[in-house]
Amino acid sequence: MALFRKPKYSTVAARQEVPKDLASKCTKCNTIHIKQELEKNLWVCPKCGHHLPLTAGQRLRFTLDEGSFQELDADLSSGNPLDFPQYQEKLSKAQRASGLNEAVITGRGLIHGQPAYLGILAREFMLGSMGAVVGEKLARMLDKACQERTPALIFSVSGGARMQESILSLFQMAKTSAALARLHQQGVLYISILTDPTTGGVSASFAMLGDINIAEPGALIGFAGPRVIQQTIGQSLPTGFQRAEFLLEHGMLDMVVPRQDMKATLARLLKFHGGEA
Amino acid sequence: MMADLDGQLTPLLEKIKDLRSFAQQQGLDLSDEIQALENKAADLRAKMYANLSPWQKVKLARHIKRPSTLDYFELIFSDFIQLYGDRQYRDDPALVGGIALLQGKPVTVLGHQKGRDTKDNIARNFGMPHPEGYRKALRLMKQAEKFHRPVICFIDTPGAYPGQGAEERGQSEAIARNLRDMAVLKIPILNLITGEGGSGGALALGVGDSLLMLENSIYSVISPEGCASILWKDAAQAKDAAAALKLTAHDLEKLGVIDEIIPEPQGGVHKNWEAGAVAIKEALLRHLDVLEDLSMETLLQRRWRRLSELGNE
Repeated sequence: MALFRKPKYSTVAARQEVPKDLASKCTKCNTIHIKQELEKNLWVCPKCGHHLPLTAGQRLRFTLDEGSFQELDADLSSGNPLDFPQYQEKLSKAQRASGLNEAVITGRGLIHGQPAYLGILAREFMLGSMGAVVGEKLARMLDKACQERTPALIFSVSGGARMQESILSLFQMAKTSAALARLHQQGVLYISILTDPTTGGVSASFAMLGDINIAEPGALIGFAGPRVIQQTIGQSLPTGFQRAEFLLEHGMLDMVVPRQDMKATLARLLKFHGGEA
Repeated sequence: MMADLDGQLTPLLEKIKDLRSFAQQQGLDLSDEIQALENKAADLRAKMYANLSPWQKVKLARHIKRPSTLDYFELIFSDFIQLYGDRQYRDDPALVGGIALLQGKPVTVLGHQKGRDTKDNIARNFGMPHPEGYRKALRLMKQAEKFHRPVICFIDTPGAYPGQGAEERGQSEAIARNLRDMAVLKIPILNLITGEGGSGGALALGVGDSLLMLENSIYSVISPEGCASILWKDAAQAKDAAAALKLTAHDLEKLGVIDEIIPEPQGGVHKNWEAGAVAIKEALLRHLDVLEDLSMETLLQRRWRRLSELGNE
């Protein structure tokens, strides 16, 4: 028996006390990163590559050339057409929290010098759900793209149709798809970019109708949510089910593109379709 | 639920029965009194059915005895020939279609098919199509376009099936493609909700030129149960959700999003299939008449306008 023992030092995991406004945690690998660093990396975790959620404003900044964005219909906002209980309160809360009038931003801008119309759904506004205003703003944007024969892009992030507008939100699926039918007939390019999550009525309308469908890595994409499916079939689902890579494998997407390559990829695709360099 | 409704009348009906047997036993003529009571019962019944709550309508719309799509095909059309398969994966028994004659005129007919009993319902997946069902529908619609036949869609589904295979084969894509292609299909399309109009799975047969609803049918973005469990974490509050969702034919008429309500026989179309079929046939012919008078350009422009105005106040 040793007379002298080496004293044991236990290493207490230093509590990483980083002020909230300076640091942010990756929701997948729990690594804490300086926010500035994440921003520079377009909010993709430098350690595990997880794509963290973006606000519509961030998405806009990461996609368009600086100062090129001209917004459309910024002032359109929803009423409560069905007098749905507590809907007005939810809308006001979402408006205050997001600084947006509704769950989509639409407009025109340049991507590496090439013009495009675009719509960006806002996860931070009622999970990007589509009501009458979202559908109307997207349809108007697509009509403009069609008239000017300029490519259209939609970045989707959405839980689906907005329940509080019932039939009116359901019909937005038909309205946006009809607008895309026109682009289709007129030979105007439409690129759909599906990000985490894109489900329900949004996936079952414009999000799946791209001439080219692109998803971000790991994005959940599906008609029904995994919880609903599990309840229905009563068995567990395969790993990676309804993730972007799974959809690529099943033929629903053209490509899965990491966020850092998205702008360059879009620019290349636009170039192929008559965009000016 | 309907038993409850009729239950309110039971005491009155009992009284009529008693009176009748009393009159018979005693050899009395009480026909005036009996007639008065029967009139009262009829009034009450009419009042009850005219004031059904949204939840009662939901129950009626889902009633197992309501005619199914194939029943309507037999009752309304002559010489129905069923056509099968999407040519890509399989035939989906939850969505049926084919060609038929409407008053001697060739049309393409499509619809969700619920089962007529539990066993049939399992085979039909309770009227919840997989992607191949929607792809079959689109195939038959393009065929209709090729041969200049109008399309008539019968809508009756809880929704598109939320299952693993459905997702793997692209449920979203199948629905989305129908929405897009139906918007520009060069033939008149009539859409009729006969029972449940459940969300995107219903809408995938719902784009067209005339949207008709049977009096006791419903149409909404989510089922009342689904809405209640999301909103109040309690599916039992489906009754309240049914009211909030504004899903009855009368609600939708008030919102100005449907073209016509087709009246059902008193108590619901399950009580008299033939009368229901007659009313539907009359409405289909009338709407088709108007649409067929339009030039193709006008028809498509009209459809475009209808679609782009949806949900605008």
